[in-house]
Amino acid sequence: MDSEWKRFRDSPNSEELTRRSSFPDEVLERVLSLLNSHKDRSSVSLVCKDWYNAERWSRTHVFIGNCYSVSPEIVARRFPNIRSVTLKGKPRFSDFNLVPENWGADIHAWLVVFVVKYPFLEELRLKRMVISDESLEFLSVSFPNFKSLSLLSCDGFSTNGLAAIATHCKNLTELDIQENGIDDRGGSWLSCFPESFTSLEVLNFANLASDVNFDVLERLVSRCKSLRVLKVNQSISLEQLQRLLAHAPQLTELGTGSFSQQLTSHQDEELKTAFSNCKNIHTLSGLWDVKAIYLPTLYPACANLTFLNLSYAALQGGELAKLLVHCPQLRRLWVLDTVEDKGLEAVGLNCPLLEELRVFPIDPYGEEIAHEVTEAGFIAVSNGCRRLHYVLYFCRQMTNAAVETVVRNCPNFTHFRLCIMIPGRPDYTTNEPMDEAFGAVVKTCTKLQRLSVSGLLTDLTFEYIGKYAKNLETLSVAFAGSSDWGMQCVLEGCPKLRKLEIRDCPFGNKALLSGLEKYESMRSLWMSACNLTLNGCRALAREMPRLNVEVMKEDGSDESHADKVYVYRTVAGPRRDAPPSVLTL
Amino acid sequence: MSVPLEHDYIGLAETSSMERSSEKMSSSPSSSCPHVIEDNKSSSSSNTALNLKETELRLGLPGSQSPERKPGPVGVSLFGKDLEHKSNVYSPSSLKNFVSGAKRGFSDAIDGSTGTWVFSINGKNDGDLGKGAVLFSPRGDKSNTQQPSTSVPAKKEIGSVPPSTRPVQEKKNQVSTANEPSSAPAAKAQVVGWPPIRSFRKNTMATNLVKNTEDGEGKSGAGCLYIKVSMEGAPYLRKVDLKNYNNYVELSSALEKMFSCFTIGQCSSNGLHGREGLSERCLKDILSGSEYVLTYEDKDGDWMLVGDVPWEMFTDTCRRLRIMKGSEAIGLAPRAVEKSKNLN
Repeated sequence: MDSEWKRFRDSPNSEELTRRSSFPDEVLERVLSLLNSHKDRSSVSLVCKDWYNAERWSRTHVFIGNCYSVSPEIVARRFPNIRSVTLKGKPRFSDFNLVPENWGADIHAWLVVFVVKYPFLEELRLKRMVISDESLEFLSVSFPNFKSLSLLSCDGFSTNGLAAIATHCKNLTELDIQENGIDDRGGSWLSCFPESFTSLEVLNFANLASDVNFDVLERLVSRCKSLRVLKVNQSISLEQLQRLLAHAPQLTELGTGSFSQQLTSHQDEELKTAFSNCKNIHTLSGLWDVKAIYLPTLYPACANLTFLNLSYAALQGGELAKLLVHCPQLRRLWVLDTVEDKGLEAVGLNCPLLEELRVFPIDPYGEEIAHEVTEAGFIAVSNGCRRLHYVLYFCRQMTNAAVETVVRNCPNFTHFRLCIMIPGRPDYTTNEPMDEAFGAVVKTCTKLQRLSVSGLLTDLTFEYIGKYAKNLETLSVAFAGSSDWGMQCVLEGCPKLRKLEIRDCPFGNKALLSGLEKYESMRSLWMSACNLTLNGCRALAREMPRLNVEVMKEDGSDESHADKVYVYRTVAGPRRDAPPSVLTL
Repeated sequence: MSVPLEHDYIGLAETSSMERSSEKMSSSPSSSCPHVIEDNKSSSSSNTALNLKETELRLGLPGSQSPERKPGPVGVSLFGKDLEHKSNVYSPSSLKNFVSGAKRGFSDAIDGSTGTWVFSINGKNDGDLGKGAVLFSPRGDKSNTQQPSTSVPAKKEIGSVPPSTRPVQEKKNQVSTANEPSSAPAAKAQVVGWPPIRSFRKNTMATNLVKNTEDGEGKSGAGCLYIKVSMEGAPYLRKVDLKNYNNYVELSSALEKMFSCFTIGQCSSNGLHGREGLSERCLKDILSGSEYVLTYEDKDGDWMLVGDVPWEMFTDTCRRLRIMKGSEAIGLAPRAVEKSKNLN
């Protein structure tokens, strides 16, 4: 972006162009307000000063990928009219317990600024942030227009906070609570929605464990006529689901509760009827504890299904096959590896439009593996689903040849995340490293934006990545590489790299420092259990004042060793809320 | 349900009836003991159910010195020395003991450097050990009734231990039984944050696994008959549904396919910690030229050579399968023949 701006400024016609493009501000703002993508908006803001101003006044939604890269004051100064904020906090590896609990990313400092600068805030979408019950209550009472709350992978709050939201947010349209570290103190929060409350459009409490009062839920669903997304938790039985569906046939996204209650044939019929009345369902999830004999009840609702999330439903291959026959429009499928290769073959046969596949392990630590998928399943999917561009695949064995075949079948991968769960496992048929597999991926998939590598890998993999992955933005590496050279290849070779996360690799200070120039064009770098020292990190911090270099030490480790390092660009300077275990250099 | 008492791995703990019974078991020290204790040490940081170590049997092969029964968790590596003293290995009961307690993952049980096998089996004496072998498996109760030995009280205690507790050993843990998965995530985690799955999903799956295993364990004849298959040197077990096969040939070729990936000489430890590295090193040692033999544990807890009895009888009585190195299975044959003679 910077280089483009310079080119523009220095070109002979720039003055002319500036004059010619002097629309009245109102017109410009109106036009720019139609832009939604924040990347487009960033580009627009770099064109010239007029456009920068028009853009900032017309922007209503701001996306902040790293909450510490900027301060709430700076955001408020630049964008006066924000109605919706998306914030991401902790480094992604915090999902896997690699980041200290009290690391930071508390939303409260932001709320305090927003209440002054954005009193009409409507939407808050948080990922990996810490939010307390007090903050939730503060949010619910301070913003009268507040409509939409989405929390993913957050922690620090309990169901009491949800109760505050339900009680005070009179205009709430969305409450989306996903996979958070929530302190579940019961389901009474749901009963806090006033009887007069009817505006809800999205309700997702699938990942809360406690029972809710079904009568309350039923009344809520029946009076919220605009409800389009309903994802309930395991406590809701099939019979109860049927009643909910009867009230809300207009649903477009449904997350069922438990799918295993013994039904009488009458109940079975009723459920089937309820599903067949739901003509608009395009996303289906839940199916906790699924008993396959009840799956046929939902066949009538599958005709328009584009996203099927079975990642909490332990289905066998044959059961999945029967279900997929009824889902010809499927674009996205998430499954557990209980379906095995057989199930994946069925995917290849029945889902020609499939674009995204995620296969999760039911037993990640598996000492007794009863089910798993192998390279055969991967190939089978790629044979039948030529439009596949997003894959997340957990397995225990893979071969170079299989991956080569897969990408030959599906050269359009944008997201390729292969997790061979046994660290450092080579190609099990040839015993060789998996270098050629990932080499094939980067050579063939020119649109690749995100890559996660695994298995036994030498520096060669990283040479390939640096040489070929010209659109790569996110790279995740674990237990791989042979020397600093590997990391250097990536830093020097991938022009669009934004996020690099590395754990347990033999990369040291030399590799770290080779990326000096690079880190300011990236969102962040994470390195844990590598060969970095405090001195190396200090050198980086010294050279690059606009980066925050954070070092987290583990108990009992060597004094000079930098166990966990998080480097990110920021215009807000070193943060002041870091706990003592986090050192900002 | 009794709540297991904690004590450190050395066993200097408050007495529990479990302990008392274990104290009754006399033994003499095995020289490989210190080694095992080392292993235990790394796990003593885990604070759950250490007292259950007591209930773990440390096997001493007959002919070798019996494991020292210290108060509390005993760790005596069995095979350790005994691999070198092959003559001691082949007594049938010892083998039976050896294999019946095999609830560990293989690499867990093998110490790469010395090839020491560490087992947990109930009881102390060879004769007792065999019967007492199955610790937490649901079949343990059956064995209980056949037990006259002093290991019985211990086992009964064990049986009453709440399912949520389990002997958390070293980072590399015992293979768990139906009861154990309930605390699976913490105990089984070998590397922090690996595989990269969100905590929420991990915890949900773990709970579901318990439910499924608990449902599934008792299942038989209901359309499927899943039994565990273990193999020396493999880092994890498999399960097969015996109903899928009609004869020994089908079973054997299916197993061959399933486990082929482990017999191919897996390579280079590249300095990785973790089980895979160990199992690979060991596999190389063990592999050299020996054939594999399929054995199974029957209803009585005896280890038999597969193939002696008619297929239907086999599927009826087989509780788990084990692929053993041929040289170590030699002792089994005479016993199996004997037994089937008795049956017939």
